[in-house]
Amino acid sequence: MEKSAFRQYTTLFRVRFLAGLQYRAAALAGIATQFAWGGLMVLLYRAFYEADPAAFPMPLQATCSYIWMQQAFLAVFMTWGMDASPIALIRSGDVSYELCRPVDLYWTWFTKECAYRLSKAALRCMPILLIAAFLPAPYGLRIPGLPQLGLFLLSGFLALLNIAALGLLIDISTFFTLDATGVRSLLTAAADFLSGGLVPLAFLPAGFQKVLVLLPFAGMENTPLQLFNGEITGADAAGALLLQLFWAVLMIAGGRIWMEKALGRVIAQGG
Amino acid sequence: MNGVKLYFHYLSLHLRERMEYKKSLLLQLFGQFLVSFSLFLSIYFLFRRFHSVAGFSFSQVLLSFSVVMMAFSLSEVFFRGFDLFPQMLGNGEFDRILVRPRNTVFLVICSKFQLDRLSRVLQGVITLVYAIPRCGVDWTPEKAGVLALMILCGTVVFGCLFVCGAAVAFFTIEGLEFINIFTDGAREFGAYPMAVYGKAILLFTTFVIPIACFQYWPMLWLMGRSENLLYALCPLLSLLFILPSFLLWKLGMRKYQSTGS
Repeated sequence: MEKSAFRQYTTLFRVRFLAGLQYRAAALAGIATQFAWGGLMVLLYRAFYEADPAAFPMPLQATCSYIWMQQAFLAVFMTWGMDASPIALIRSGDVSYELCRPVDLYWTWFTKECAYRLSKAALRCMPILLIAAFLPAPYGLRIPGLPQLGLFLLSGFLALLNIAALGLLIDISTFFTLDATGVRSLLTAAADFLSGGLVPLAFLPAGFQKVLVLLPFAGMENTPLQLFNGEITGADAAGALLLQLFWAVLMIAGGRIWMEKALGRVIAQGG
Repeated sequence: MNGVKLYFHYLSLHLRERMEYKKSLLLQLFGQFLVSFSLFLSIYFLFRRFHSVAGFSFSQVLLSFSVVMMAFSLSEVFFRGFDLFPQMLGNGEFDRILVRPRNTVFLVICSKFQLDRLSRVLQGVITLVYAIPRCGVDWTPEKAGVLALMILCGTVVFGCLFVCGAAVAFFTIEGLEFINIFTDGAREFGAYPMAVYGKAILLFTTFVIPIACFQYWPMLWLMGRSENLLYALCPLLSLLFILPSFLLWKLGMRKYQSTGS
């Protein structure tokens, strides 16, 4: 990509990011909801812990940190919380206006998706992180050392690329099906479970886990959160990051090829 | 036309509309089934590891799961109009309802039937059929009656929560995400008997938002852990929630000013 083209996308990102920052009342309601949700999750895992502490696959403290980080960055990680505008554009046919613009449609939507998620997370994460960090010991958020934080940031960035790439695949499928609700709800629900959005993957049976860590979904949520916790370290951490990179590149490349095909089919009827 | 007849007229209109697009309806039914199936899966996998939680076995938790799933989904089928109510206020659709010679609550109920949620009801039925012989309850006609009450009253309580969410929109015009913790949250977390979350949450969900009234308390009576008949009749007590919900609705109506669009 040449320099001026790249600047188009950074500008688009900045505009969408700033636009997202405007919804402060909604963010306040969101923070309260996510805090209550996280609190109930912590209480649920505490009940399971009390039932059988020996069966816990990771420390209770790490589980609680997982839950709070998940709630704080929910806007980034939630597979079902996509930017709905591309699908609306395709359904209404307004996508033909988008095609008139001298920008690449794939990267435009990709940028929008990232900005949409990051602006939402930026508004919401701080209060949740702050309160959770001050909760009593095993139930709050334990801030790890700098190496883990660095790994989390890197892996979180790769997770965002993976999630946005998956979102784009769903958007593009709308060109063929026109009714995205079916595909979208199916795929996002499956991804939510397989990425560790409902239960941290460590709680699933060992054989199942071995398969799940290889799929692209684990890198959308479980990997960054477990790197944060220090539950994935050393060579495993490097492998997990490489796998995230691999899936991101593959899904983006696949998405671009598929979009070319889809755009070849688009016929603007006018009117 | 009397109210009942009009209601069924609206219902058949919605039904016929959906039947025009059978494939889309089928896909959505299937999608809804799988979406809630992931909640079932997470419970299943947690129980493979832990076997019990707060003294409840897998089948006993499934009893709570299926009651809440059925109640929530049924109220989505029949009372979903309230969930879409903020949009109705925003686009002026509510003004059209105000000029009709019927009760506003009735007309909002008739404005939407979310038929694709019936597959979730089916999922509730399947898990219930699985749980009934395994949850350690000596079933009698009275106990079956209480189980039916749990589902029915749960449907009404969730309906009331939708009404509350809609009534709040009178004051804020936009929907409030916070109400989700009581609706979607009650569906997700209500899968477990409320006592799992500790005493404070149990008290809150008994006396403020009566979720525990149609799962935890009557379940204690069903499982023979308590002889107290009051626990068995708790689902009926939860119907008291209708009063504050409709008071809130009336208050909102009094405050209503059209957005003008």
